Amino acid sequence: MTVSSGFSLFRRRNRSIIPGFGLTMGITLTYLTLIVLIPLAALVIRPWEIGLSGFLHQVTEPRVLAALRLSFGAAFVAAAINAVFGLAVAWMLVRYDFWGKRVVDATVDLPFALPTAVAGIALTALYAPNGWIGQFLDPLGIKVAYTPLGVVVALTFIGLPFVVRTVQPVLEELDTELEEAAACLGATRFETFMRVIFPVIFPALLTGFALALARAVGEYGSVIFIAGNMPMVSEIAPLLIVIKLEQFNYAGAASVGIAMLILSFIMLLVINLLQRWSRRWAGV
Amino acid sequence: MSGHTPKSRVTLSEPTWVKALIMLAGLGFLGFFILLPLAAVFTEALRRGFGAYAEALVEPDALAAIKLTLLVAVIAVPANVVFGIAAAWAIAKHKFPGKSLLLTLIDLPFSVSPVISGLVYVLLFGAHGLLGPFLREHGVQIVFAVPGLVLATMFITFPFVARELIPLMQAQGVDEEEAAITLGASGWQTFRRVTLPNIRWGLLYGVLLCNARAMGEFGAVSVVSGHIRGETNTMPLHVEILYNEYNFVAAFAVASLLAILALVTLVAKSLLEWRHGAELAATARRH
Repeated sequence: MTVSSGFSLFRRRNRSIIPGFGLTMGITLTYLTLIVLIPLAALVIRPWEIGLSGFLHQVTEPRVLAALRLSFGAAFVAAAINAVFGLAVAWMLVRYDFWGKRVVDATVDLPFALPTAVAGIALTALYAPNGWIGQFLDPLGIKVAYTPLGVVVALTFIGLPFVVRTVQPVLEELDTELEEAAACLGATRFETFMRVIFPVIFPALLTGFALALARAVGEYGSVIFIAGNMPMVSEIAPLLIVIKLEQFNYAGAASVGIAMLILSFIMLLVINLLQRWSRRWAGV
Repeated sequence: MSGHTPKSRVTLSEPTWVKALIMLAGLGFLGFFILLPLAAVFTEALRRGFGAYAEALVEPDALAAIKLTLLVAVIAVPANVVFGIAAAWAIAKHKFPGKSLLLTLIDLPFSVSPVISGLVYVLLFGAHGLLGPFLREHGVQIVFAVPGLVLATMFITFPFVARELIPLMQAQGVDEEEAAITLGASGWQTFRRVTLPNIRWGLLYGVLLCNARAMGEFGAVSVVSGHIRGETNTMPLHVEILYNEYNFVAAFAVASLLAILALVTLVAKSLLEWRHGAELAATARRH
């Protein structure tokens, strides 16, 4: 088999007596290359046919800038909402006992399992001016559906499990002895939380925030129904990619895609640095 | 509970009003974002009674969408299972340089927008794509046809099985496999009789999540589908078309099937976590 002979370089380093390395590695690399790497390479190559100036021209169009601002801004707000309420949910699930807790715990993962299009039309039905929730907000002058606020609602939904599922295990493993010691030394419960508990769970909270943010930035299905998709106002960046593709502006679509990837990468890099700094600060 | 020891008034719980506030925030948040949307799907679907609901589901275009969704999942999920097992075997049971790079590359599809996942295939196989002219010459259509849907779904669900199996098999180590090999078992026998029984629940867990995403994916397949009714419309895409035609009852009826799939997935996933938590990577990491 050609695949196994191709990995003789790896073979030398691999002293395991378990067979099948060449075959499984061959399958892995072939599949990875065909399904993921070659297609992604096509994305990276494409914009360069219009040159760097063409790329910059495409991504600095006012409509593109507005869409990128909305996608990243709304994702940031949604991730922040999830950080606050996700922490409350995680705390409730770890520290309190109540009837039906296991079921509540299981439902947290619904946004992972529910198709985004279903979430999109359901949230729109709730927040439309005549919807279950919308009818109470409309008289107050609050419009959620078909505005940027609707985008935040959809992005909050799809990012919901991330903060809960990253903070929960850390809270479970948290040693209550430290809290006891703090309390014995006269700290109030609030002081104990801020000085003892929060520094330990903060890195996990940041991880959950980053995951929710990354997911929300690229989200499409749940947003397009509730957003109203008005250019310059409630049009998200992924939708703009779809629109450019429909106009056969392949280089433009790829340019927006690359701009999104670069911005996400920078954002995650900053969060990573913040996290490293907070870990050192917490001493864990 | 040390709060009850008489000599110190050390409390490890919050005042009752804080507790109530946290519970209210947590349950209220889940109520608004989990319970209400789910209730809305079923209420809207049954708005005109069960007759209209059933009618929307047996309509030919809806049936075609259901069939296509199943077809795509039947191809994409087993492909990712084979890949996931192969990747986990190579990564968890062997040592080689560049392992963490490979792990990062396997995770790549998770960090890419679904729209971009579809876009890359249009850039490659579309009419104006890199291979477009070549494909047209040979009469092969990938984008705006079933192969494109399958490819985009494979891309989106690519990491699911591998991500579950790799940490699980790494945690299980190589002792049992080495013993089997030493006793004269072949590689395939070792996998079938030793490894597979050890990873079966983890594999099922990965397949469940992979399948839920494969059947429910919207963004990526939307880009490569071309939206041809009865031909390249999967269920989520059919929901969109019906919704945009203001046929809300039908849209929510098809959506309710997907919601049921999500609920079944959640129940099965929770059962696996409760019964076989120790044999899953996801929960093993949590405890």
